[in-house]
Amino acid sequence: MVELVIFILMGAGTLAGAVTVVLARNPVRSALGLLGALVSLAVIYVVNLAHLVAAVQVVVYAGAVLTLFLFVIMFIGVDRSEDTSETIPFQRKLVAGLATAVALGAATLVSRGRFSWTPASGEVAEIPNGTVQALGGELFTTWVLGVEVTALLLTIAAVGAIALAFHRRSPETPTED
Amino acid sequence: MPVVTSGWYMTLAAILFVLGMTGVLIRRNALVMFMCVELMLNAVNLTFVAAGRAAGVLDGQVAVFFVLVVAAAEVVVGLAIIVAIFRRRETASVDELAALRG
Repeated sequence: MVELVIFILMGAGTLAGAVTVVLARNPVRSALGLLGALVSLAVIYVVNLAHLVAAVQVVVYAGAVLTLFLFVIMFIGVDRSEDTSETIPFQRKLVAGLATAVALGAATLVSRGRFSWTPASGEVAEIPNGTVQALGGELFTTWVLGVEVTALLLTIAAVGAIALAFHRRSPETPTED
Repeated sequence: MPVVTSGWYMTLAAILFVLGMTGVLIRRNALVMFMCVELMLNAVNLTFVAAGRAAGVLDGQVAVFFVLVVAAAEVVVGLAIIVAIFRRRETASVDELAALRG
């Protein structure tokens, strides 16, 4: 009962946020729509007992990633309006067809898959409890190699971003900018 | 009163993924396209959580964790590229960036 209410409310919030991201003319509105979708998804994760994932979703996504997005939007400027004319012929129709095809494929997968629609048919009654302790134990025992590779990836990303940010136009004649 | 099961979450994730894909294909602003990619990643995360719930294992949530890290790294590098392009070409519209030459 509680889960149904939360699913309807937060599902609607997620979809409203996603539609805002896709349709909003102003990039700031898109970013705020993304914020709404991310926070709604975090609540859905809590209902699914994915506590740590929900916390990380809010801290990393809604906190860090979205702040970075807003920062870059402000840096680039939002006064310039987007050109909505299509340069590729029939693009809208192609996109509509492709979206329909993917939606139908997903519907087939979801309905044919083992994912149940009633709790009696095959669904494991016990939802795995994703506490910090449980998930941390899993991460640092079974998936410890993945965690190490992740650390390497983050280092590479940071170094790459710095290299891009400090890139100069002509290395031969460095300017004092 | 219907009970919410993993199939419901799968449906929501599928709709979210299609929305994100549509956004990537129809928008022209590189930043907004990037946000739509984030939407698609989140749809996949929701799928992982729902599948882990259906199977009764924690591995789905572990997968979400790794996807989150990769997404964060991707955002850092992607936004740095967008800023670098903007500094050189004064635009973030992918139509005006159709040519690769600087």
